[in-house]
Amino acid sequence: MIKVSGLRKAYGSVVALDGVDLHVRKGEIFGVLGQSGAGKSTLLRCVNLLERPTGGTVTVGGRDLTALGEGELRRARQGIGMIHQHFALLSSRTVAGNVAFPLEIMGMPRDRRAKRVEELLELVGLAGKAGAHPAQLSGGQKQRVGIARALAGEPSVLLSDEATSALDPGTTQSILALLKRLNRELGLTILLITHEMDVIKAICDSAAIMSEGRIQEAGPIPELLATPGSRLTDELFPLPPAEPGSVTITFTGSYSGRADEPVVSQVVRKFDVDVNILGGALEDVAGVSAGRLRVRLTGEESDAALGYLRDRGLLVEVASR
Amino acid sequence: MTWSDMAPLLWEATGQTAQMVLWSTLFTVLFGLPLGVALVGADRDGLFPAPIARRILGLVVNVGRSLPFIVLMIAVIPVTRLITGTTIGTGAAAVPLTIGAVPFFARLVETALREVGRDVVQAAQAMGASRVTIVAKVLLPEALPGLIAALTVTVVTLISYSAMAGVIGGGGLGDLAVRYGYQRFETALMIVTVVVLVVLVQAVQSIGDAVSRRLTRR
Repeated sequence: MIKVSGLRKAYGSVVALDGVDLHVRKGEIFGVLGQSGAGKSTLLRCVNLLERPTGGTVTVGGRDLTALGEGELRRARQGIGMIHQHFALLSSRTVAGNVAFPLEIMGMPRDRRAKRVEELLELVGLAGKAGAHPAQLSGGQKQRVGIARALAGEPSVLLSDEATSALDPGTTQSILALLKRLNRELGLTILLITHEMDVIKAICDSAAIMSEGRIQEAGPIPELLATPGSRLTDELFPLPPAEPGSVTITFTGSYSGRADEPVVSQVVRKFDVDVNILGGALEDVAGVSAGRLRVRLTGEESDAALGYLRDRGLLVEVASR
Repeated sequence: MTWSDMAPLLWEATGQTAQMVLWSTLFTVLFGLPLGVALVGADRDGLFPAPIARRILGLVVNVGRSLPFIVLMIAVIPVTRLITGTTIGTGAAAVPLTIGAVPFFARLVETALREVGRDVVQAAQAMGASRVTIVAKVLLPEALPGLIAALTVTVVTLISYSAMAGVIGGGGLGDLAVRYGYQRFETALMIVTVVVLVVLVQAVQSIGDAVSRRLTRR
């Protein structure tokens, strides 16, 4: 749905994006995680060409946006929704007026506009707030207005620029739940950027980690979890530095070794080994339960035990001695 | 000088001041508002970047702002004659008043427009809004309370400038104060003129503040 290839953006001698490739599939929620200054905001703003890239191409829904003229680009943007960290609502307009704004830009006649605005406010749970001004709303309500506005033109793609970063944790969860619902009900493809791991954990199907203007790793989250040395896994399950000889076991629900399967006790029963647990973490990620365990195995049959764990489909990494 | 002597003089002078201020306000907005929009839009990262034109505009505005009004008024006499066919009277006075107030108002408009958040403008761009739409439906409505405040300050300034227009035969309250209060030592009339000016300025400021406050939705 969104394909970014070889994207470069430089401001003078400062390189913000250094050859970024990204593929967001239709109907998925794709999260780009990174510290501030990693280039993720520039990346998002290059997707709808708010920033003109220095090099590379951006394709949304099969159209190469970088090749479009100004008028065509404006029409293409009407099919790409965007929500913002600080909501970016017009303070001079009511809630209904804000949601109607993109419809005015599209040239929808007034009577149809009013009906559509009503539907949209219903969709985001703000039916009673049509006449309120943004200043009278809470942060969560403002972002709901932002979402309704972004969906006005029935976009196939929604770009989210740190949409929950200015919200408290409870409100963040409700906005994320709304995004997930819209993703499921409308088949909306969502590309979001965030510096919060919790956002990735809560709603993303795929993720990319970005730093210094490059994508460090990207892909469906279960695949990333199954990749040795994954930075996403390290950030999801922070464990103390691995001592030489210690064993790190990563398990996800999509593998035969399910998180709730008692693998450790099985190993102890089947093999002549002792297991010493050094650390561990368990999380629900992308709708599946996943976890990581750091152990030390001692005993004659250690290697056989590790082989058994690998056969169960677990990712087993042994820190080199 | 009795009140009945003063009343017709005051009435006429107030009318002339009002006329000068109204006409020059109208033309100041007509020219100053687009100029203010241009000052913001032509920025390097503005809506229609034109850094060189921006610099020239800025320079012209600064030159206009740095001339004392009484000097500017006399300096533009040829322009006044070109436009109105005369250099005397309230109509002729509206020309230097406008020329004097446009750069002033344009700077205030610029400041008001810069108060509009970049994120709001970018959100509109992300929706596919054209530049004209962004100016008409985002920048100006969002800055409206600030623009009204700018207009208020400009009208007050024009009232004060218009007092000087008496020097080139524009008439008005300033002229009255100079001719009667200063040259004929009519202290009573002088005081009444001052009172009228104060009331006038106060009224304009109060109305402007009230409108601006009503429009503020922050």
